[in-house]
Amino acid sequence: MALLELQDIHTYYGAIHALKGISIHVDEGEIVTLIGANGAGKSTTLNTICGLQHPRSGSVTLKGESIQHLPAHEIVTRGVAQAPEGRRVFGRLNVTENLEMGAFVRVDKDGIKRDMERVFTLFPRLKERAKQVAGTLSGGEQQMLAIGRALMASPRLLLLDEPSMGLAPILVEAIFDTITEINAQGTTVLLVEQNALIALSVASRGYVMETGSIRLADTAEALRNNEMVRRVYLGET
Amino acid sequence: MNARTRSDWMAPVKSGLMGGLIALLIAMVGLVEVSVKRPILTADGRILLSVGQLLLLLPIILMCYKAVQVFAAGCEKVTDRLGLLATGALSGFFASLVLAALVLLGRVINLRTVFIRASPDLFNTLTFGLGLGGGSVVLLLFGALLGGLVAAITLLPDRIRRPLVLGLALVPLAAILTSALFAGRGFSVPVALLVGVVAAALTFAWRQTQPKLQDRVAALSPSGQRTYQVFRWLLPVAIVLALPRLGAYPSEVLVNVGLFVLMGLGLNIVVGFAGLLDLGYVAFYALGAYAMAVLTSPEMTWHGIHLTFWQALPFAVLASTSAGIILGIPVLGMRGDYLAIVTLGFGEIIRLVFLSDWLKPFLGGSNGITRIPKAVVGSIALDNSPKLYYLILAGCVVAAFVAIRLKDSRLGRAWMAMREDEDVAQAMGIDLIKTKLLAFATGATFSGLSGAIFASKLTSIYPHSFHVLVSINVLGVIIVGGMGSIPGVVVGALALVGLPELLREFAEFRLLMYGAALVFMMLTRPEGLVPEARRKLELHEADGEV
Ligand SMILES: Nc1ncnc2c1ncn2[C@@H]1O[C@H](COP(=O)(O)OP(=O)(O)OP(=O)(O)O)[C@@H](O)[C@H]1O
Ligand SMILES: [Mg+2]
Repeated sequence: MALLELQDIHTYYGAIHALKGISIHVDEGEIVTLIGANGAGKSTTLNTICGLQHPRSGSVTLKGESIQHLPAHEIVTRGVAQAPEGRRVFGRLNVTENLEMGAFVRVDKDGIKRDMERVFTLFPRLKERAKQVAGTLSGGEQQMLAIGRALMASPRLLLLDEPSMGLAPILVEAIFDTITEINAQGTTVLLVEQNALIALSVASRGYVMETGSIRLADTAEALRNNEMVRRVYLGET
Repeated sequence: MNARTRSDWMAPVKSGLMGGLIALLIAMVGLVEVSVKRPILTADGRILLSVGQLLLLLPIILMCYKAVQVFAAGCEKVTDRLGLLATGALSGFFASLVLAALVLLGRVINLRTVFIRASPDLFNTLTFGLGLGGGSVVLLLFGALLGGLVAAITLLPDRIRRPLVLGLALVPLAAILTSALFAGRGFSVPVALLVGVVAAALTFAWRQTQPKLQDRVAALSPSGQRTYQVFRWLLPVAIVLALPRLGAYPSEVLVNVGLFVLMGLGLNIVVGFAGLLDLGYVAFYALGAYAMAVLTSPEMTWHGIHLTFWQALPFAVLASTSAGIILGIPVLGMRGDYLAIVTLGFGEIIRLVFLSDWLKPFLGGSNGITRIPKAVVGSIALDNSPKLYYLILAGCVVAAFVAIRLKDSRLGRAWMAMREDEDVAQAMGIDLIKTKLLAFATGATFSGLSGAIFASKLTSIYPHSFHVLVSINVLGVIIVGGMGSIPGVVVGALALVGLPELLREFAEFRLLMYGAALVFMMLTRPEGLVPEARRKLELHEADGEV
């Protein structure tokens, strides 16, 4: 059984039909990527999964249980955490406080402490800046913090929305190495990316979205070799 | 400091002119005229310095300070220091030039046809009673001297400057307070000197010993530290408890301050902690007051219930709490300015409901509700301000305790996250609905408590006591005190509610002074008088002066 499954999801913003029947699934232990042009509906898909948007029809099931009607704060407790697009760290709180906020739903003090150490091991830069106000971190550091904060919820499924946005190539590589590491430690990842090249290199499978629908679904390998993907998303001629 | 460019010399001139213009404005609206009789410094019954004169000096002093402060850092060489003195003097000269120009103009044409406050008395004040020619020259010299003095003080090392400034500021403040509280005649020169020197010396000594003291305390055993904490709080607590001994009038003022502290503590949770801009906050104050009145006044016969203050209090508070939740539900999805506008409407609606003829048999309409009984504790009726003071003090202490505990709680952290980013907070597992409603409910509870005490204090209430201005005042209190800061609420209420009540002559200028105070605060100290650590960080991280 898939860890996460979306079946024929339709999500609207008022009259705007943003998701027009999306069906995807993510298995336990995978990295799955969702690529597509601006406005294709990638962020909307993630928001629908974690309950910030509710679909008008269709179902989201997590371990066989449907969750599409649950409010966001309850979905977190079921093991889904998101590092939102554009970082959105709590600017006035310091790094440690941001991470603590990520563990808001948890009560196991020891576990929280262990996970804090884990995040600091994954991102040593954050440890150096533990008391710095998040709003003053560099863009890359904020991205690390946003991912770290999501990890603090100790999720089974981690949703990442464009972790490479606005980062220098070297940092992008570092972040993706960490994502692979997080996955190796047992967290399933659903990764939304504009940078299709790197996303398809870490993921095992991928979906290509276009204006609210899934255009292609295949293994990462196959997508990398797909004619259309190469032309449109990898910028090859 | 580098050689100055021409624009560096223009800045102090501009500052000076600005200071002069502000002083001019203060004079023209009549603030000087009403307060020129209130003494600060006297000699043989003659007033040497009055509040009115101080009001003219303050903007000039502040603008001179602004002019020199930019250059003050790194003034090592003698030429630099002289340059700074000249900058200050220049600034002060131009400030007084504005006032001198006013005096001249006042002689040539009759300004009073437009500005009724441009009276001969005012000109007399401005020219030190020395007539037009001599007076103007003295005025200009005085301005330059004042500016130079400000610059000289700025040049002093921090160690000396702070105590000195504190001493200088404390003398007029203490003189005004004593004159307002005890109908005193201000300070004579020796008394003023004594107060100033003692204050400065104490500050100086305290600043010298405090670091050492802290080391000593840190070295104490845990039980010793506890004893130290107890003693540290003993004096402030004793002072707070003894305040009503000042007399009936000061107690009256303090009770009013207390009502606003209580409301401020509540609004501080809603706006400061949770970031929900509520402009209809007075509604809960009104509800608390009306619930108390309806349940206790013998005039209200329609329900056949007559409770005492203490019996009615839980119901009054509960009514406000429920109203906080009920009014909170429709605005759950709103943020920022939308929320502000809708809550503003709520506040007015509640007031109009109390005013309506339709509900007159039940709520008294425009006649209000009278004969509300006083609170009774044991066999003591809290029928005067010194006694009521303890009631409101108890309320404030409870509210402050709750607010402090909430701030560091899980709920407090949820409020903080929500204030920062609602969506992300929700994605972190924070239940927005619950968190918001709890903020509205807690805020409304404190406000309702304040309203209930207010009703029993006045023994009669009318809809016009619950005007939207009350909401604005409470908001002003927490802005001036420092958004999110609990001690800030007390300081803000003392400054915005206490001071204007003491200085009755300013009553008609109250709103003007409010506005001026808010603008001034926003420009110079947006984090408030007693800032919350986090806000201070946020507002000053850019200029690195955390
Ligand atoms: N809050 C909103 N209200 C109205 N329309 C919205 C809202 N959020 C997104 N949309 C619309 O829904 C569509 C999908 O947006 P979405 O943010 O999911 O795109 P995306 O694939 O994440 O794009 P990008 O790569 O640029 O982030 C877009 O057309 C967008 O304009
Ligand atoms: Mg997006």
